[in-house]
Amino acid sequence: MMSFVQYSDLIQDGDVVIVYLGHNSVMPVKVQHGAQTQTRYGVIRHSTQLIGQSYGSKVTCSKGGWVQVLHPTPELWTVSLPHRTQILYTTDISIITMMLELKPGSIVCESGTGSGSLSHAILRTIAPSGHLHTVEFHEQRALKVAEEFKEHRVDHLVTVRNQDVCKDGFGVTGVADAVFLDIPSPWEAVTHAKVALKKHGGRLCSFSPCIEQVQRTCEVLADQAFEEISTVEVLLRIHDVRTVSLPLPDFGPDPSSQEEAPPTPSVNHASITMKTTTPPREMPGHTGYLTFATKPRT
Amino acid sequence: MAENEDDNQYRIKEGDNVVLKRGDIYKAVQIQLKKKVIFEKQWIFLDNAVGQLYSTTFEIVAGGNLQPKEDRKEQDTESPADVKVAGTDNRNIVDDGKSQKLTRDDIETLKEQGLKGQEIVQQLIENSSTFTTKTGYAQDKYIKKKKKKYENTVTIVKPTCRILAMMYHGREPGKICHLRYDTLAQMLTLANVHAGSKVLVFETCAGLVLGAIMERMGGYGSVIQMFPGGGPVRAGVECFGFPAHFHNTLHEFPICHVNALLAGSLDTSAKDPSSGENQIVDVAAEEQQNQPELEQQDGDPEEQSMETNAADGTDQDQENLEKEKRKEIKAQEKKSKLEEKRRKLAATAALLGGRNADGLVIASRFHPCPVLLSLIKFLSPSRPFVVFSQYKETLIECYTKLKEQGGTVNLRLTDTWLRHYQVLPNRTHPVLLMSGGGGYLLSGTTVAMDHSKPAGSLQAEGPAPKKPRMDEH
Repeated sequence: MMSFVQYSDLIQDGDVVIVYLGHNSVMPVKVQHGAQTQTRYGVIRHSTQLIGQSYGSKVTCSKGGWVQVLHPTPELWTVSLPHRTQILYTTDISIITMMLELKPGSIVCESGTGSGSLSHAILRTIAPSGHLHTVEFHEQRALKVAEEFKEHRVDHLVTVRNQDVCKDGFGVTGVADAVFLDIPSPWEAVTHAKVALKKHGGRLCSFSPCIEQVQRTCEVLADQAFEEISTVEVLLRIHDVRTVSLPLPDFGPDPSSQEEAPPTPSVNHASITMKTTTPPREMPGHTGYLTFATKPRT
Repeated sequence: MAENEDDNQYRIKEGDNVVLKRGDIYKAVQIQLKKKVIFEKQWIFLDNAVGQLYSTTFEIVAGGNLQPKEDRKEQDTESPADVKVAGTDNRNIVDDGKSQKLTRDDIETLKEQGLKGQEIVQQLIENSSTFTTKTGYAQDKYIKKKKKKYENTVTIVKPTCRILAMMYHGREPGKICHLRYDTLAQMLTLANVHAGSKVLVFETCAGLVLGAIMERMGGYGSVIQMFPGGGPVRAGVECFGFPAHFHNTLHEFPICHVNALLAGSLDTSAKDPSSGENQIVDVAAEEQQNQPELEQQDGDPEEQSMETNAADGTDQDQENLEKEKRKEIKAQEKKSKLEEKRRKLAATAALLGGRNADGLVIASRFHPCPVLLSLIKFLSPSRPFVVFSQYKETLIECYTKLKEQGGTVNLRLTDTWLRHYQVLPNRTHPVLLMSGGGGYLLSGTTVAMDHSKPAGSLQAEGPAPKKPRMDEH
């Protein structure tokens, strides 16, 4: 059986697969016997075209177009999940995971859960022996994300709590190796983070779009005796690979040339072709500031 | 009781791989008794660290010995002096080079007297004629700068991927092909490295990338290190100080046998152990020769000296006999070593033979294109791969070749910018200096090869694009 924390080779009933339609175009599909999925290339019939097939195989849709069916990963989920909130993307998630020192067995606290983009990446990293305690104050979102965890077969690794982290904390004490905050007023949750972290210490990260939020958070972190406080920003640059052709201007006949051969007509159309990359016309310039800190042993 | 037991796993032990830390400076060392270690131009002995808790800050006292620092609060950025007098601007501050009343010799004397860094900074402040006229911010900056210079503390921390990646990037970027830590972080995520999977690695980054992958695998699954030359480089892996069982998940395979393995001509069976024609023994022996190590170099001079002894010796027969005996033992040892090597190689070849690996990570000083094109064949369909290169051009070539041969989707050529911020009341801004380049990544996902198309034909990524793309080929 596929899960977000374990690869499998064949698609089975109940799996979630990622249908790859093309560059920057993917959609998650829950595989169900007898079900059909509409794509812009036509219909995919689950029973015959998905169940029993290998992940990574090509599926020809009813209109003749074809798609690839991919094994789900947190990264593919991030670019295909239904947004209920603004989400964290893979670039930020990567640095968060490393700087929070997450690994199999880590106990992590997170708030808010939001659409669960980061949560899935955390679960992948801390499985099979870690646990995620995630807090979401919006009831509907909390319910929805818990449902997704179950569908993705990672629910044994996570506890979703529907409460206000700034008032009620994370619901655990002295167990966490790492805490992640993505809330409007993270400074109000710093003391709760400290309580949730292990006695011998741990790491904290707070994500905020605005510098004023960072400022307040850093002040509270310092007051609460957090160490190694450091704020960074990571920007992803995508390079589109292109073949470009640069025409050469016609300088006219070269009198210094000894040869009297008539100029070939192709000279007028001479150009140089090369492989290069171009930046996209627009790119995300800012997602948020990431503030990291270490809770020392208390 | 329970708490003490709990603490034990956080105590520094002899033989532990640890990291020394002062500010942003890190150095990985092993705790060895009575061994001098140089850190930030200071000789220190780590003996006294044994039995202390990790993340303890030590003062370096006389003789380079460590002494746990009493007051934690002191090490914070609090100013040592409760200076309340401050100026508002610098209109009257003139740089005449005479504001500091202490001479270099005075400072040296203070140091020799064994004054703590904190006290020296205090002295410097008291003897600075302009300090009180500086603005509060300038005073802070002055103290910070001096503290950094005269501080003689060291914190001993547990090694982690975060710390070691930052350490290598700060100290020896050349050894890791200038792989910046945020780039390494992207690689681990893009390759979906996690417990229980089977990951292929080809790296010449001192073992840092391998160690990072092993940390993320947590001892579950398997890592196969494809190595060039005589043997895998794993200095960086040692720094992580993994528990012994992690090493059971680590396998290695010489890249020079990849072609044979792919062609199915790599013979890993020991048909006749005594026969020299046995290919795999040949294979192992060949590697041994490639190894620029001990064995041969050690052996030769010994044998030479023995020969000269024998020439002028009296009981030549005796010597000859002994020589023969030793030779025999050596040969026996060599044989069992080769046998062991053969067995390991066969096991790794079997792991690879299924061509069902779950991920591929490449980060080396070699041209990535041929490496990627051969190693990608070992992956199952629908698995991620990521290639690091210090240079973008090599990855453009990889991208082009992959597009030509098909079998991948989701190709992306990227790099990341990392910007640090100084966050202080009324003084928040990006840090002035930022890293110029942390390398480039090409990532993607494998898919089942489309056999209906002739190999080498240009295959568009995914379904045919709706609009013809002008820029494409």
